[in-house]
Amino acid sequence: MLHRTDVAKKLRPSPAVRFRLLRAALYWVGFAPAVWVFYLGFTNQLGANPVRTLEQELGIWTLRFLIATLTVTPLRNLTGISLLRYRRTLGLLTFYYALLHFATYMLIDYRLDLQAITADIVKRPYITFGMLALAILVPLAVTSNDRMVRRLGSTWTKLHRWVYLAATAAAVHYLLVVKSWPLEPIVYFAIIAVLLAYRLGKHLRRRRRRRPAAA
Amino acid sequence: MEIAISGIHRLLFSHAPPVRPSEIMPRDVYLNRRDLILGATAAGLSAAMAPRRAEAAQLEASPSPLSTDEEPTALEHITNYNNYYEFGTGKEDPAKNAHTLTTKPWTVKVDGLVSRPAEFDLNDLLKPVTLEERVYRLRCVEGWSMVIPWVGFPLSEVLNRVEPLGSAKFVAFETVLRPEEMPGVGGFFPVLDWPYVEGLRLDEAMHPLAILAVGLYGETLPNQNGAPIRLVVPWKYGFKSIKSIVRITLMEAQPPTSWNKQNPREYGFYSNVNPEVDHPRWSQATELPIGQGLFAKRKPTLMFNGYGEQVAQLYAGMDLTKFY
Repeated sequence: MLHRTDVAKKLRPSPAVRFRLLRAALYWVGFAPAVWVFYLGFTNQLGANPVRTLEQELGIWTLRFLIATLTVTPLRNLTGISLLRYRRTLGLLTFYYALLHFATYMLIDYRLDLQAITADIVKRPYITFGMLALAILVPLAVTSNDRMVRRLGSTWTKLHRWVYLAATAAAVHYLLVVKSWPLEPIVYFAIIAVLLAYRLGKHLRRRRRRRPAAA
Repeated sequence: MEIAISGIHRLLFSHAPPVRPSEIMPRDVYLNRRDLILGATAAGLSAAMAPRRAEAAQLEASPSPLSTDEEPTALEHITNYNNYYEFGTGKEDPAKNAHTLTTKPWTVKVDGLVSRPAEFDLNDLLKPVTLEERVYRLRCVEGWSMVIPWVGFPLSEVLNRVEPLGSAKFVAFETVLRPEEMPGVGGFFPVLDWPYVEGLRLDEAMHPLAILAVGLYGETLPNQNGAPIRLVVPWKYGFKSIKSIVRITLMEAQPPTSWNKQNPREYGFYSNVNPEVDHPRWSQATELPIGQGLFAKRKPTLMFNGYGEQVAQLYAGMDLTKFY
């Protein structure tokens, strides 16, 4: 028995290798919905309004990965399950989906009609909010590597808090794009609101605790 | 069930559908349906359980000079991409859910400021009319469009029959409201204030382009498209063309309309297609034609959806940015 456990131990990949394998798997799984929906689009299986469906699917997956990214910290605090090492991957998947969503809007929907797109950004609140969210995600994605984390130090943490604004803008973007008040955008908005409220609550409690000490 | 199909059948279709039911529905469904009929259980039950296309029957309609010669959108898209919020807010929800709507028997009440108010059985309403095929452009306020071969007749024929009084200035319409048959109605967060209501000015309603449709592509309307009878006003955004009508009321004052009540800033009473007046949240300058694949090109939206020559005079002297 002892002997067999030893062998198993030797065969088990080191934590670093295991992490890399799991991260690669997460990327593969993460990109699968995009591959699938583009496949359906190019083979004309997305129904009557394929452009709208493609945009919506990519947009909703952006929100899902954003929510997954924002769930990592509360999950660790509340249950002890730590997915902290995969948070960067989830955040980058969010960014890549946002980029695909935007590219679909620019290239397929509006065919690079820059005049119309510029007018949209200025005049259409839902586009304005979407663009704001994407604009925030760009510097966050660019600084998502070990080198930048080291170089920016505490600035990095502050910079990456902007994701809260990006999440709010993305949720509002979804609410504004539809007529009336259907359920899905409200549900996504509520989930994001809860995740942000959790952080705000923690922040306020911490400040209250710190204040008497400072006095 | 064929017995259950009432006068409308005999009146409108001089011959039986050329397609056998067994050809348009899966064989097992067909056989089950046959068992029900042979078992002589409630005819209504088998009617409710049969798939939609089995219910469709051919209509005889003469061509109209008011039709566009543009290529109609595929039937598959016209019947699977719908806004009919009583059956859900998703575009494919109505096709999935609307089969529960009972459309036989059907009555339409026409009342208000008229000399001869009446409650018409649908068969009686259709008895004196000649059905025409009207191939119309449809422009949705959401920025997409279709070309639909409707089968119907001018709304004015019904209005004339009840003899509007001189004081009548507007026409109000109401969609059937049956929560037990409509999964999208109710919940604690209703999307609209039910029943769905719409309205036209009397002169708009009397315009020859405004029709009551009972079919499309030569067959009776599928439920998701507003069976058994709906309004089609091709120069206005699609939501004005109210579905599954049960009541038409002539009034002196402008009637309330559903989307205007929901958001008066975004949806006006007139809601004429107008590329120059944007929806507050999106542009109305272009539209995406439905059913042309992933690389469909947006095309410019036309004033009054291209029907300006016929209808522009209805709005002479009006500021259309104010009366949107």
